[in-house]
Amino acid sequence: MALTLSDVKRIAHLARIEVSEDEAGKALGQLNEIFVMIERLQSVDTSGIEPMSHPLGGGQRLRADQATGADVRDAALKNAPSQQDGLFLVPRVIE
Amino acid sequence: MSEMHARTVAELGRALASRSISAVELAQSYLERIARNRDLNAFLDVRPEVTLAQARDADARIARGDATPLTGVPVAHKDIFVTRDFASTASSRMLKGYMSPFDATVVEKLAGAGMVSLGKLNCDEFAMGSSNENSHYGNVLNPWDKTAVPGGSSGGSAAAVAARIAPAATATDTGGSIREPAAFSGITGIKPTYGRASRWGMIAFASSLDQAGIMTQSAEDAALVFNAMLGFDPKDSTSVERPAEDYTRSLGIDLKGLRIGVPKEFFGEGLQPDVEKAVRQALDEYVKLGAKLVDISLPNAALGIPVYYVIAPAECSSNLSRFDGVRYGHRAAEYADLADMIKKSRKEGFGPEPRRRILIGTYVLSHGYYDAYYIQAQKVRRIIADEFQRAFRQCDIIAGPVTTSVAFGFGEKAADPVAMYLSDLYTIPGSLAGIPGMSIPCGFGARNLPVGLQLMSNYFEEAKLLGVAHRYQQATDWHKRIPKGFEA
Repeated sequence: MALTLSDVKRIAHLARIEVSEDEAGKALGQLNEIFVMIERLQSVDTSGIEPMSHPLGGGQRLRADQATGADVRDAALKNAPSQQDGLFLVPRVIE
Repeated sequence: MSEMHARTVAELGRALASRSISAVELAQSYLERIARNRDLNAFLDVRPEVTLAQARDADARIARGDATPLTGVPVAHKDIFVTRDFASTASSRMLKGYMSPFDATVVEKLAGAGMVSLGKLNCDEFAMGSSNENSHYGNVLNPWDKTAVPGGSSGGSAAAVAARIAPAATATDTGGSIREPAAFSGITGIKPTYGRASRWGMIAFASSLDQAGIMTQSAEDAALVFNAMLGFDPKDSTSVERPAEDYTRSLGIDLKGLRIGVPKEFFGEGLQPDVEKAVRQALDEYVKLGAKLVDISLPNAALGIPVYYVIAPAECSSNLSRFDGVRYGHRAAEYADLADMIKKSRKEGFGPEPRRRILIGTYVLSHGYYDAYYIQAQKVRRIIADEFQRAFRQCDIIAGPVTTSVAFGFGEKAADPVAMYLSDLYTIPGSLAGIPGMSIPCGFGARNLPVGLQLMSNYFEEAKLLGVAHRYQQATDWHKRIPKGFEA
């Protein structure tokens, strides 16, 4: 199974990364080489085997749904590319 | 005092406790050494005023009599750990100049023990790479040979410890990012069991694999730092809840009768003869020290690479989706609308390797491929982890090479992602299983570059693993070798 140029563009769109025609072509070759390597997994018999998502198993630890109180708004906003009045600014989305 | 930089963490701790040096003197000495060796490009952010203020606090603490064995000892942090006092970039353009509102738990714990931070260390962008050539801020040079890579992704950490411009450096390992650079740079590096070190404040790459560890000159030093660095953290949902332990407790371990498993799959095609020779000599040394070698097999270890290159990119595509040019990170200068702004910001902010891995990950997680790739990879991951458990019924420790070759040259593998990915053939299986693993220096190979011996133990046996490494380091002096030009 080999990817096509339109697959690469679709994936890049899903990943929200801009790619030019040229870059998509280059990525296509590299991704297909990587997928040849990954394809080896398809021949492994994994019937009856549980997927492993955490090396030590166990469930997700939960905490009480309580606010911790730390007010880091100003510190967090300091790294925003654009902000005003304690809010993140984005380009207009509603005309 | 001129040879202060050659001293280990343990020695520096004793010198500080006896007041024969002060933390400020020690910090100044390392800052000078860092400045003198700027061409290595190991450090991304150094702020002498921050370091010296921490050193003054350490001296006050020693004077008050409430010091720990690490108080006043310098440490440098891989730029994957966020820090309040230094920029945190993950070696990416995306996070250029980012100042974190908080410290990573690992950073906080080491500071809490009184360690003095020397600054932030270069690495592969978002810890993705095996040569440190993926940093947005330039290559790190290998102190043993400035035309060779230091390994990656913790290349700055490895080079700093090798050049003795830091006595200890934090690092992270997802598929081998501590052990491979430790081997290439001739130092000691260890990753603990998955869940031992807090991931809070560690910029995420592949969360089910990411694990913090430490690079030092010796196993004894790593044990000392682990005592302060590891432990349960409620802020990390995969942190393991276990009582604190003393990682130095087995440094005097008796190797008599210790069963060292040697996996035949780690000595197959691709292993260079110079590396094999040094590793076999190290195994012979263990036999002299009383250990027994046992042939073991990890039949599916080689499948680790395809498993890893499904799971790690999948988790990376998910983790890196947070970079949208809105809340923090790079924002493109010109764009048509919000969607275009996000796409352009991500294209410009991420380098080629993170972009490549995000694309792979997005694909394997997309509708119609999730079961065939991601779930299948997770199942094969379990097969590999189970093989380790079978092997540990026959042996106490597993030993073998860390890498197939000594450090390669700049550009040698940069154009061929698959060749680069094969660099982690021997380290990925242990990462997938989540077991502790380390690399210790065991000789020199081609071009007089260092060779690493890989040692792995079962879950939660770091103390034993460190003890086994320490006994070898008491019998040999490979770990004491300093690259030419860095002795003085």
